[in-house]
Amino acid sequence: MKHVLGAVCGASVLLAVPAMAETILTIATVNNGDMIRMQGLTGEFTKKNPDITVKWVTLEENVLRQRVTTDIATKGGQFDVLTIGTYEVPIWAKKGWLVPLANLGADYDVADLLPKIKDAVSADGKLYAAPFYGESSMVMYRTDLFEKAGLKMPEKPTWDFVVDAARKLTDKSAGTYGICLRGKAGWGENMAFLSAMANSFGARWFDEKWEPQFNTPEWKATLTTYVNLMKEAGPPGASSNGFNENLALFNAGKCAMWIDATVAASFVTNPKDSKVADKVGFALAPNTGLGKNANWLWAWNLAIPAGSKKTEAAEKFIAWATSKDYIKLVAAKEGWANVPPGTRTSLYQNDEYLKVAPFAKLTLASIDAADPNKPTVKPVPYVGVQYAAIPEFQGIGTQVGQQFSAALAGSMTVDAALTAAQSATEREMKRAGYIK
Amino acid sequence: MARMATTRRVVISTAAAWLFGFLIFFPILWMVLASFKTELEAFAIPPSFLFFHWTTENYATVQERSDYFHHAMNSIIIAGGSTLIALLIAIPAAWSMAFSPTRRTKDILLWMLSTKMMPPVGVLVPIYLIYKSFGLLDSRIGLVFILCLGNLPIVIWMLFTYFKEIPRDILEAARMDGATVGRELVYVLTPMAIPGLASTLLLNLILAWNEAFWTLNLSTSNAAPLTTFIASYSSPEGLFWAKLSAASTLAIAPILVLGWFSQKQLVRGLTFGAVK
Repeated sequence: MKHVLGAVCGASVLLAVPAMAETILTIATVNNGDMIRMQGLTGEFTKKNPDITVKWVTLEENVLRQRVTTDIATKGGQFDVLTIGTYEVPIWAKKGWLVPLANLGADYDVADLLPKIKDAVSADGKLYAAPFYGESSMVMYRTDLFEKAGLKMPEKPTWDFVVDAARKLTDKSAGTYGICLRGKAGWGENMAFLSAMANSFGARWFDEKWEPQFNTPEWKATLTTYVNLMKEAGPPGASSNGFNENLALFNAGKCAMWIDATVAASFVTNPKDSKVADKVGFALAPNTGLGKNANWLWAWNLAIPAGSKKTEAAEKFIAWATSKDYIKLVAAKEGWANVPPGTRTSLYQNDEYLKVAPFAKLTLASIDAADPNKPTVKPVPYVGVQYAAIPEFQGIGTQVGQQFSAALAGSMTVDAALTAAQSATEREMKRAGYIK
Repeated sequence: MARMATTRRVVISTAAAWLFGFLIFFPILWMVLASFKTELEAFAIPPSFLFFHWTTENYATVQERSDYFHHAMNSIIIAGGSTLIALLIAIPAAWSMAFSPTRRTKDILLWMLSTKMMPPVGVLVPIYLIYKSFGLLDSRIGLVFILCLGNLPIVIWMLFTYFKEIPRDILEAARMDGATVGRELVYVLTPMAIPGLASTLLLNLILAWNEAFWTLNLSTSNAAPLTTFIASYSSPEGLFWAKLSAASTLAIAPILVLGWFSQKQLVRGLTFGAVK
């Protein structure tokens, strides 16, 4: 028995000891097309930097968020480069969890980064992350269905127009729905869309004193419009639809309109994945004439955690992956349609890109129209368009999202959902000490 | 007449068993089918069951993008290692509690089970810090250790129940026939305990193979098992069901094959000997 125990423990120890190497960069990322492409091109980076080896850890978005938060909060040092969103950057920078990017190189051209995106990844004038790809949201619509119905999509549609068009374009017997919108509960799912929509209705998450605002007529107008619109012109089971579900519906020709991330434009116009690739038009996210469109601002960024001991190599990698040369490399290997969008001004001045990306101008206009520092009609104490960049927002946003998803599913009235959202948010904000 | 009634009952119960079995198996079947679809077809509404354009493209993509064998080897070592160590600790523990119980045996058993009642996320940060201090993050030994600890209460409980069912009379009969303690252990107790040991081993192996919380949180690349391999195919922006299904099919294949082959032995073991 002793021998067996010894042998088993010994074998486990032998097999369990990890191999050591010189500079190994461990990079945590999500499974998005642009990131997968970056992984495929890693060889080009290691060719130029033979002393660096790159290891990828690809995880589901929420798992990644939990995993890197644990590691960074405990200074675990398991990752050298992180893929994080614009929501995390200001919060983590403030906590001292991120290393400022000061040595990206002379030819990096920081001034070429889109100003709104650059602002979103900076704190106190320092760049804490480098944007890998950026996005806003816009209306994607079926040009053939609009033509058939005698409708013309304005470049800057109002919510009144969108609601009216969605009703006219709905043909439930043929399985065509006027509009597809996010309904799945989550701060990054339905609340991303609804917060941006609320901004265009003049609503806001908190007033200047951090008091939650779900008891205002602006939020009521937002949620009532959303729920009624989806009931009349949305697909069945919309309360469980997120980005991917709506993408599948739109690509299968079931939606006349879809308001979602600009990055979807390349998916819906790709004939390999979409049945309606040649029948898609684009417009800015709707407004109500108050000066704000219902579009958000998001970017996936590369950052270095404070626990990493390989900051020099990590910064080299980040500089490579977010450079103008990287965009050219992707264009040369995979075509201009596949370059990571929404980060650099020069990309939107490139004729070759503009030729293959009919959505490019609208993407840029949408990004320009979103202002994370002044996201709403009335003043707010927070930064962020479709979120408030405070650590408590993830929990609050998801709780509120669940109430709104229930209102969409019909298991709760709009008023009840707003009351529940207000009291849940008040409770959390009191607990966190923002309000008394 | 009586025979007809019996036949009808057999037919009905067989059909019900098949239906129930099919319902249980359906998600796995659906996953395997989805792995042979294109991304658009995998998401199609209404879904197509068999009449779609079959493709092995997803398997090629998964093979190209991930090092399946690295992850599979980690799974085998972590699941196998943690199961073996758990058994080595649990057998003497369960044996002593079953055959030499004390006043505190029941309390000890309940205390052990109580460790399973707390959600693992509650101890994530302390465990993470301990692992960081001991250099166990992203190591196979670290995962072997945590999975072994996590499953130990279940293993001890299962073995305790099996051992408890072995009648003491059989042991006494062996002793009366002049068997020494060694012979009694090897020739009398072991054959009777084998079915219990085998099913405990297989269940523990499956639990350790499928464990996702600790394996996802304590590994990055070196020790990452198949659970992280699956998790890497879920995408927030982009269709991924078909590729995820292909990755999941590849991940469950080894344990499915193992279960398939050990099924006969397990059933035979469970109905073998004096204890049923």
